Amino acid sequence: MMRFTPKLAAAAMVGASLGLAGPALAQTPKPGGVLNFVVGSTIPSYDGHRETTFGMIHPIRPLYSLLIRVNPENPSSPTDFVCDLCVGDLPKPTEDGTKYTFKIREGVKFHDGTPLTSADVKATYDRIIFPPEGVPSARKAFFTMVDSVTAPDDFTVEFKLKYPSGAFIPALATPFNFVYSKKDLDTHGHEWHTKNVNGTGPFMFVQHQPGAYVEGKRNPNYHFKGQPYLDGYKAIAAPKMAVRLQAIRGDRAAIEFRGFPPKARDDLVSALGDQITVQESDWNCVLMATPNQKVKPFDDPRVRKALTLSVDRWGGSKYLSEIAIVKTVGGVVFPNHPLAASETELLRLAGYGKDIEASRAEARKLLEEAGKAGMSFELHNRGVDQPYKVVGTWLIDQWAKAGLDVQQRVQPTGPFYDTLRKKKDFEVSIDFNCQSVINPLADVSKFLGSAGNNYGQYDDPVLEDLFSKMQRAGSEAEQYNLMRRYENRALHEAAHEMITLWWYKINPHRSYVKGWKIAPSHYLNQHLDNVWLDQ
Amino acid sequence: MSKYLIKRLLLAIPTLLGAALLVFLLLRAVPGDVCEIRLAGTGLYADQEQIDLCRKDLGMDKSLPLQFWDFISGYATWDLGKSMWTGKPVTYEIAIRFELSLQVAIMATVVAIIIAIPLGIISAVKQDTWIDYVVRTFAVAGIAVPSFWLGIMIILGLLIFTQKFFGVPWMPPIDFVSFFDDPVRNMSQLIWPAVATGYRYSAVATRMTRSALLEVLREDYVRTARAKGLLESVVINRHALKNALLPVVTIIALEFAFLMGGLVVTEQVFNLNGIGKLFVESVLQHDFTLTQQLVMLVVLIFVLTNLVVDLLYAWLDPRIRYS
Amino acid sequence: MSTPPIAVDPTDLEEAPRRPLLERLWGLSKGHPLGAAGALVVLIMIFAAIFAPWLTPYDPESNSFEHMLSPPSTEFWLGTDQFGRDILTRIVYGARTALFVGFTCAFVGSFAGLVLGVGSAYFGGKTDLFFQRVMDVFMAFPLIIMALAIVATLGTGTDKVIIAITIPFIPQCARVVRSSALSLREIPYVDAARACGFSHMRIILRHMVPNVMAPFLIMLTTFVGQAILLEASLSYLGLGVQEPTPAWGLMLQGGAEEYAESAPWVPIFPGLAITLAVFGFNLFGDALRDVLDPRLRNR
Repeated sequence: MMRFTPKLAAAAMVGASLGLAGPALAQTPKPGGVLNFVVGSTIPSYDGHRETTFGMIHPIRPLYSLLIRVNPENPSSPTDFVCDLCVGDLPKPTEDGTKYTFKIREGVKFHDGTPLTSADVKATYDRIIFPPEGVPSARKAFFTMVDSVTAPDDFTVEFKLKYPSGAFIPALATPFNFVYSKKDLDTHGHEWHTKNVNGTGPFMFVQHQPGAYVEGKRNPNYHFKGQPYLDGYKAIAAPKMAVRLQAIRGDRAAIEFRGFPPKARDDLVSALGDQITVQESDWNCVLMATPNQKVKPFDDPRVRKALTLSVDRWGGSKYLSEIAIVKTVGGVVFPNHPLAASETELLRLAGYGKDIEASRAEARKLLEEAGKAGMSFELHNRGVDQPYKVVGTWLIDQWAKAGLDVQQRVQPTGPFYDTLRKKKDFEVSIDFNCQSVINPLADVSKFLGSAGNNYGQYDDPVLEDLFSKMQRAGSEAEQYNLMRRYENRALHEAAHEMITLWWYKINPHRSYVKGWKIAPSHYLNQHLDNVWLDQ
Repeated sequence: MSKYLIKRLLLAIPTLLGAALLVFLLLRAVPGDVCEIRLAGTGLYADQEQIDLCRKDLGMDKSLPLQFWDFISGYATWDLGKSMWTGKPVTYEIAIRFELSLQVAIMATVVAIIIAIPLGIISAVKQDTWIDYVVRTFAVAGIAVPSFWLGIMIILGLLIFTQKFFGVPWMPPIDFVSFFDDPVRNMSQLIWPAVATGYRYSAVATRMTRSALLEVLREDYVRTARAKGLLESVVINRHALKNALLPVVTIIALEFAFLMGGLVVTEQVFNLNGIGKLFVESVLQHDFTLTQQLVMLVVLIFVLTNLVVDLLYAWLDPRIRYS
Repeated sequence: MSTPPIAVDPTDLEEAPRRPLLERLWGLSKGHPLGAAGALVVLIMIFAAIFAPWLTPYDPESNSFEHMLSPPSTEFWLGTDQFGRDILTRIVYGARTALFVGFTCAFVGSFAGLVLGVGSAYFGGKTDLFFQRVMDVFMAFPLIIMALAIVATLGTGTDKVIIAITIPFIPQCARVVRSSALSLREIPYVDAARACGFSHMRIILRHMVPNVMAPFLIMLTTFVGQAILLEASLSYLGLGVQEPTPAWGLMLQGGAEEYAESAPWVPIFPGLAITLAVFGFNLFGDALRDVLDPRLRNR
């Protein structure tokens, strides 16, 4: 997977960088200043290995380093990874793709002064991949291909895989994989990192006022010389979107890293002109509608297909993208990835045709055949405005245009998860897939009936078979073809899931913030070591 | 007096226990738990094994009676538990937000008193004139305006106004600094929510001042005072107002108690890291231990305020004896 | 309430001299101009709610993206929202939701409060003590938290919102009614009725309930306004009525704040609608209080 043809890779990179005003490369970074930014969520604990929310990534990630990371100069590429705590180029796998050897950077120090060695990296990944009994690790399942992690000498780490896998390198670069000191793990145990910080990141922990803010200050011994440029940062908690927007307008914060709706961008630009710079990108998150196949009539593929046929994705892309953080029409793979379907290929899928009237006529016909014309049902949705409720309201209207009567049942996040995971009493639910590092081979497992995060309650051996073949496929061409068959099965033939639109990330920020480049995920490129203020 | 006090305090115990049981059961009835919310951040995926581990860690695998016992028995040792979301002691989580909530409540009370007492008096004295109608309209409007909407309008107004007249949009700070560290910054943040809530609060108090004063003005002793030929201002200030204060003090105290935990929506609008915001967050995150203790705090404030009000009644009005 | 209630025989409530209705109403409005204004607002709201489909040519729920966020114009008097829906239409239909929530909560809440309050006062003793403690718990329980918990347990939707808002109303009304009824219990004619061997039910219904009608009606009108405000607050927190149902609080939530600047009509008009409606009910309630019981002004 890491060996794409140059043509495909180049196309992916061009496609992704859509910044309205690209970050200036020519300027020399100015040192100094404190970056204030707003975060729309709170911090459960500081332990990256066990947490999953961006609410802790944004304030805590700058305090730590990773073994490898998404290239901060080219974060829009879904396939460009570089060394952080390792040195040189990313290693090529040896032994038929089952062994990766990393050279660890020398002279790196933890914030408490302890030097970093390969033992720390090994201890970190051991804890993530093979956590001791009773120690939580949220992304253990990302590393099923790993057989062992060893440290043959002080500055070498080796990963042995059970089988070659294109999903390994992206998993390694996951931004939650903070490198901890072995000494801390040995002396303080596995709970210590939930409330204490000792990393090798560009910034050092100053204080955390729960519910209010986190402050970090410059690490003078950071391993990239001359960086970070900032003296420090302050991550201010602001759960309401309107407050975050106003904060940038009133210059209480310079940037927000998750994303704003398009209208908010327009308002900021019209109020502040060139004091605002906008960066935009496709976003590695997608909302789907999942019919519950244990509930009639959603066991009938005709009904499911009719649902997806009634939705005007191209029209939605045009209008919905003006009011919600969604935009791009796509299939099961992130739109800019080399494994994603081309537009011609998409047009062949049910509900992706450009003639919506024809699609809806077909939908009505299918519903007629199934004896369910004009049926009514309930759409289960999550109580979050952007983009869940906006997309939900849009979907209901789309279905109404095919004669369906749909009501919306909205639940707060907790009960929403509970309905999907335990009660399973919904008819059709909004469902989402939102990952950090773009890793299609792993991410599309979402569509398998057997996957832990699939809520459609179906069992499709055809899909399972295609998936396992894809995991072991040698060439990208083969992966690509299998992916198309997989996509066709999941979205068209069996219509297990219906993809709405891929998210679209919009980050309007104060123009004096320089060096930060938008990535296709709000989890990525958040170490802030290359950010500086032009003031 | 002390017998009455003891009786009242004893009567508060069933109320507190009832509230404890109610909040305990309500929270357990809500589907979903803190572990799912915490572990399903990316793409709704969470390992069942990891969730079980997290539940065990937080003591949620224990039986309900045992959990309730842990909750109640904690008071004996002043161990109120730890937040299930942050793992920090509940007392710490509440303490760091208490100053802000207290300050906003005090400031809103001051705003309310400054507006309410004079307006209420004018309105009562000039009963059924156009002044009275204007004041009453103002007061009723204060109760009718959703204070969060008023908050939104205030922030928007500030941003637009400052940009128009000073060229640079200004908004109140969004992170709290203690009054004792930086009074100017502190006030520039809290004055707006104090005004937004103070308006509603003043509206309630204005109405109360007016009606209480009207009632007193009909009393015989006021008529006597007037008949004696005393100046109207003396009649109002010396005789009527003092006696009309009772219900006004009551309503102010009750509103104050409400503000301590009830600024739920306004704190959202102004991004204030106070008790109200903590409340919403802890409920949405299914942080049982924290929500329970917050409810107990609010109930306790309510019970104590009621007690203080009753004692005040007795003190201000010797006619009332504790029965 | 320390004022002794005036015992009234139910028949006394009917006004003896029969004047033409209009004349009487005119008389009342002249004496209570603010109350009359309130009543007018309430009537307009009821009218809008009933005749909504005939008042506006648009559908309150259907999206029309060609018209999204249009400013007020002759075509859309109050502009359109982010889904291209006419705001005036949604406000008019929203009056239905508001009145439905307002009246249901107020009636259920105050009737339950009436029953509990009078019952508690009538039976007295241990029953009263027990009920009082239960009421105390619900009174002390933070109102919005109660609502949050109920909505989180039962889910969102108009019916759930009604339950959430009604529960805290019950003890509020019960407490006021109880304090009025308490002193009635000792009044000779209630004793007399008891001595005659009338059933509890008869004494409560015939002799006590009519005499607490004034505080009851006042609580009722206050509750309608309060319920409308609470529904708006809950919707603002995302726990109230859900899209695409037209409801005022919902119209203020989410998008409305984000568009507040470039499309100020989106948050301003629904906010005004809420304010005006609650304003109307409160003015009407105040006037009602003055008419029914001048001595009960302070609650």
